[in-house]
Amino acid sequence: MDNREKVVVVRNLFKAFGDLEVLKGVNLDLYREENLVVLGRSGTGKSVLIKIMVGLLQQDSGSMQVLGKEISTLGIQELNSLRLKIGFSFQNSALYDSMTVRENMEFPLVRNVKNLTKKEINLRIEELLDAVGLPQTINQMPSELSGGQKKRIGVARTLVLNPEIMLYDEPTAGLDPITCVDINNLINEVRERYKTTSIVITHDLSCAKQTGDRMAVLLEGQFNAIGSFEEVFPHASDERIKSFYDYNFINS
Amino acid sequence: MAGPSGMRKYIFSKKIDTFFKGLADAWNFVRRFFQEVFVPPYEFKEVIHQCYRIGVESLPLISLTGFIVGIVFTNQSRPSLSEFGATSWLPSLIAIAIVRAMGPLVTALIAAGKVGSGIGAEIASMKVTEQIDAMEVSATNPYKFLVVSRVLATTFMIPVLVMYTDFVALMGAFINVNANELVSISTFFAQVFSSVTFLDIFSSIIKSLFFGFTIGMVGCYKGYTSSKGTEGVGRAANAAVVISMFLIFIEELLSLQIINLFRIK
Repeated sequence: MDNREKVVVVRNLFKAFGDLEVLKGVNLDLYREENLVVLGRSGTGKSVLIKIMVGLLQQDSGSMQVLGKEISTLGIQELNSLRLKIGFSFQNSALYDSMTVRENMEFPLVRNVKNLTKKEINLRIEELLDAVGLPQTINQMPSELSGGQKKRIGVARTLVLNPEIMLYDEPTAGLDPITCVDINNLINEVRERYKTTSIVITHDLSCAKQTGDRMAVLLEGQFNAIGSFEEVFPHASDERIKSFYDYNFINS
Repeated sequence: MAGPSGMRKYIFSKKIDTFFKGLADAWNFVRRFFQEVFVPPYEFKEVIHQCYRIGVESLPLISLTGFIVGIVFTNQSRPSLSEFGATSWLPSLIAIAIVRAMGPLVTALIAAGKVGSGIGAEIASMKVTEQIDAMEVSATNPYKFLVVSRVLATTFMIPVLVMYTDFVALMGAFINVNANELVSISTFFAQVFSSVTFLDIFSSIIKSLFFGFTIGMVGCYKGYTSSKGTEGVGRAANAAVVISMFLIFIEELLSLQIINLFRIK
């Protein structure tokens, strides 16, 4: 594993909001084309970690290197170039609700890829909607879509710029179990088809088991256990991880 | 442990601190507009879209209000003028009042209520639902797409709406004058145009530009800096209206002083 290329390197990362310390010296390596699942209870800073990764938040101290670049030192133009290589799928999909699905997908494409013809744009959008299994929604408004459809369109929109890294923030939150399985399959398909490296933020152990190569459990601001699902969960010695497993995992 | 008076002082100084921080934030927000408005890429399509929304969607309300203002103002002015046998001055009086003050002010206040609150709520709700973050992570400048386009649209469209309101209000006034004094439309408008000067129209357009800029900027600022989830959306919309209206009255007062300097000369 260590011989593989590291695409994200996090060292001694600290982040606090006022008096509330969220990340307390986080260390993490993410390898190319792996799916890493970050688990933890609500409010433990999982989303904060990936928001720092795309420059939406700034760390207080420590180092966050993405594709060899230290995020905190980048200017806005360099940061935007890096952001083109990172796809961020938001917890609530964050589709632009005043735009149709087509316009949602066009939005990042026309602003970041120059000299594309209308035909090329349409082709790219149709290809991605096919990939997420929703070609029929192209002219629909986000308000006309179900929660699962919104998540899929959100993923398709992030894929429109061919990212190298995909960040999924709670991809199965608020969805029924069957749609959850669909979304988990989509995450795996995206990795296989587009050769992406992914971080999946979740507290859903079914999602974690289905999508993750490695699990990283964030407890009290630090990663307490990193390894495969079998290494981390069934025989966890840490009471907090054990209880997390006992309470949340439905062994199907 | 600080006593009650110490605590009061602490709270007071904290409020002053927050006020000045807010002022600095607002200043930086406005400054950013001037830094970004001239730099490509330009969001022409969005500016046109917003101009259409602001213009067309405000039209029914502004038409109705302008028309009623024209009729009511004429009706209210008639008794005073008739005491001096000067009802023939009604068109001049109304034209000056509408073009110089009432047209811009009524339009701006309605736009602050309708457009400003709409902008504030829309942007705040985009913030709450992470749509602004989504733009940012897709390497797009949300400030340029959301703020610059809307502020430009309000700045351009409010003067257009003001001219339209002036026209509709004058038509309302004409109907009233025609019904009571049997004045023809050509006589009415001949008197209107002879009493309204270039300075009146020019100053009305210039101050409308400022009103438009204020409405757009305040709506965007309150939306963009909203917090506290869905509760913040309502607060942003409300604050956008209240602050815009307050600033519009201050601008009206200042513009009156400045224009009067030119009139005396």
